[in-house]
Amino acid sequence: MHKPDSAPNHADLSQAINRQTNTRLTALFAEQATWVFLAALLSALVLGFATDTFATSQNLFNVTRNFAFVGLVALGMTVVIISGGIDLSVGSVVCLSAMVQAIVMNAGYGFFPAAVLALAAAALVGLVNGALIAWLRIPSFVVTLGMLSIARSLAMVLSDNRMIYEFGPDQALLFTLGGGATFGIAHPVIALALLGVATAFLLRWSQWGTHVFAIGANERAAVLTGIAVPWVKISVYVFSSLMAGVTGVLEAGWLGGVTTNLGQSMELAVIAAAVIGGANLLGGSGTVLGAIVGAALIEIIRNSLILLGISTFWQGAFVGFFIILAVAFDRLRALRSAQF
Amino acid sequence: MAVLKLENVAKNFGAIEALRGVSLQIEKGEVIGLMGDNGAGKSTLVKIIAGNFRASAGRMFMQNREVAFHSPLDARRHGIEIVYQDLALCDNLTAAANVFLGRELTWRLGPVRINDYAAMNRRAAELFQELKSETRPRDLVRQMSGGQRQAVAIARTRLSNADIVLMDEPTAAISVRQVVEVLNLIRRLRDQGVAVVLISHRMPDVFGLADRVVVLRRGSIVADKPVAATSPQEVTGLITGAIEHA
Ligand SMILES: Nc1ncnc2c1ncn2[C@@H]1O[C@H](COP(=O)(O)OP(=O)(O)OP(=O)(O)O)[C@@H](O)[C@H]1O
Ligand SMILES: [Mg+2]
Repeated sequence: MHKPDSAPNHADLSQAINRQTNTRLTALFAEQATWVFLAALLSALVLGFATDTFATSQNLFNVTRNFAFVGLVALGMTVVIISGGIDLSVGSVVCLSAMVQAIVMNAGYGFFPAAVLALAAAALVGLVNGALIAWLRIPSFVVTLGMLSIARSLAMVLSDNRMIYEFGPDQALLFTLGGGATFGIAHPVIALALLGVATAFLLRWSQWGTHVFAIGANERAAVLTGIAVPWVKISVYVFSSLMAGVTGVLEAGWLGGVTTNLGQSMELAVIAAAVIGGANLLGGSGTVLGAIVGAALIEIIRNSLILLGISTFWQGAFVGFFIILAVAFDRLRALRSAQF
Repeated sequence: MAVLKLENVAKNFGAIEALRGVSLQIEKGEVIGLMGDNGAGKSTLVKIIAGNFRASAGRMFMQNREVAFHSPLDARRHGIEIVYQDLALCDNLTAAANVFLGRELTWRLGPVRINDYAAMNRRAAELFQELKSETRPRDLVRQMSGGQRQAVAIARTRLSNADIVLMDEPTAAISVRQVVEVLNLIRRLRDQGVAVVLISHRMPDVFGLADRVVVLRRGSIVADKPVAATSPQEVTGLITGAIEHA
């Protein structure tokens, strides 16, 4: 017969309860974002030494601005992926929002009314996505695949498939916001930094963030504990669409003209960035920093191919390699922790 | 006065009569062992009490007032908590976040609700201390043992000071050492005046812990007696039908 209760004494117990298992350092190296960041940094250093064109301020300016657009959309995608879904419509929403911005400004209205309408159009797409996914329980893959087609088609209908390059009285403001720089930093990069901090804050500190993680890990548990799961899901898709909407407005300003193929197949680069940065397509994990360094890594690969004179046709191979590597890395870690 | 009283509760799933004529009383701080063969209706019974299912017939009273629950949240507001067999935990969140899931302590920042992690960790640590479980509030549930995960699920029921905690086979899928740990957790609950309904297939759980044993067979209660007045042999006979009634 064993003794039923070998409870440790009170002081020992409270000490054990208040100890923390993970130190900050082990947590840092368990984070995929850290490794992707090191990979991106290493490639940048190698390129800096191997070429005399990489580390120029003009090239760095271009690299950061280029990945800022993918990074911005990846913020929303990361939140969607954490919640256990996927949003394939983001590329088309970028186009729709840019088109609404362009058409309204082209008609002689100012930047701000146009931006409000552009973001409203984006939010509406997210609302429809979210409602179909949360209430009708249609898989997010299917709903957003349909929306990918619908949103781009709407942009074509609105513009009659013309390119719009005249933006009325506030044209200069639009071009400055999308294409200009402050203190030598491209404005889209500043937008990415601000919205990235906001998103990271929401995920880490808000009740909404906790609920997004909970739904991604165990939706049934979220329902049973009384979380308003449908509303959280809807908010997640609206959030993703809004990020794509902001990107559309900025990209219109940077490109100086909007065509209906803007943002075509951008969703793939965005999902790649999120996954390389550690977002798990099964839901429940992902970080803002991971999405941003994932986007950076993709752009550095592209840039290095150009600078090293290698055909850019190789870009897809490298990005694909990193996607698989990132997921394999995650699997290996899971296997290892299952063993111990 | 009974914290919970069921009167002639029945439940049909289409043509299947999962429960019929079930009457049961639960007193404060009492542990009831609910036993029965697979498909006898045990889970159905606790799910009716917990608000997951509506009864097809019969009445339910708490403190002599008739109640009817429309959802698990509704039952929870009346002081009934359930620990699901799979525990309903989120692996990617900390123990404290799981304890407070859906009931986070927050403060407002404009339209956003900000988690008060310090307060939640502190309260969760107190709850684990009360349960005498070595479970750390800030650790991820993913890294926890079966016993610690049970402690998290049980701590959840302590947040609201529930009067009744329903546990569906808490010892079904864990190691022997962890069974001891979980039974101790249930003792702590009882010591705090909580009534516990414990579904189990294991005689030692019920005979070591319960005050009363209730046996369900094909949807009806065939025995309801103090543990001291029966034996594992008799209960086994009641479960299988070798003994008709007791
Ligand atoms: N949601 C449902 N829909 C239809 N039939 C159901 C449902 N839930 C349970 N039943 C049926 O009701 C009967 C009682 O099931 P219940 O799950 O309550 O049994 P149990 O005693 O918990 O069994 P076990 O020991 O296997 O968990 C079974 O015949 C089962 O098939
Ligand atoms: Mg059952």
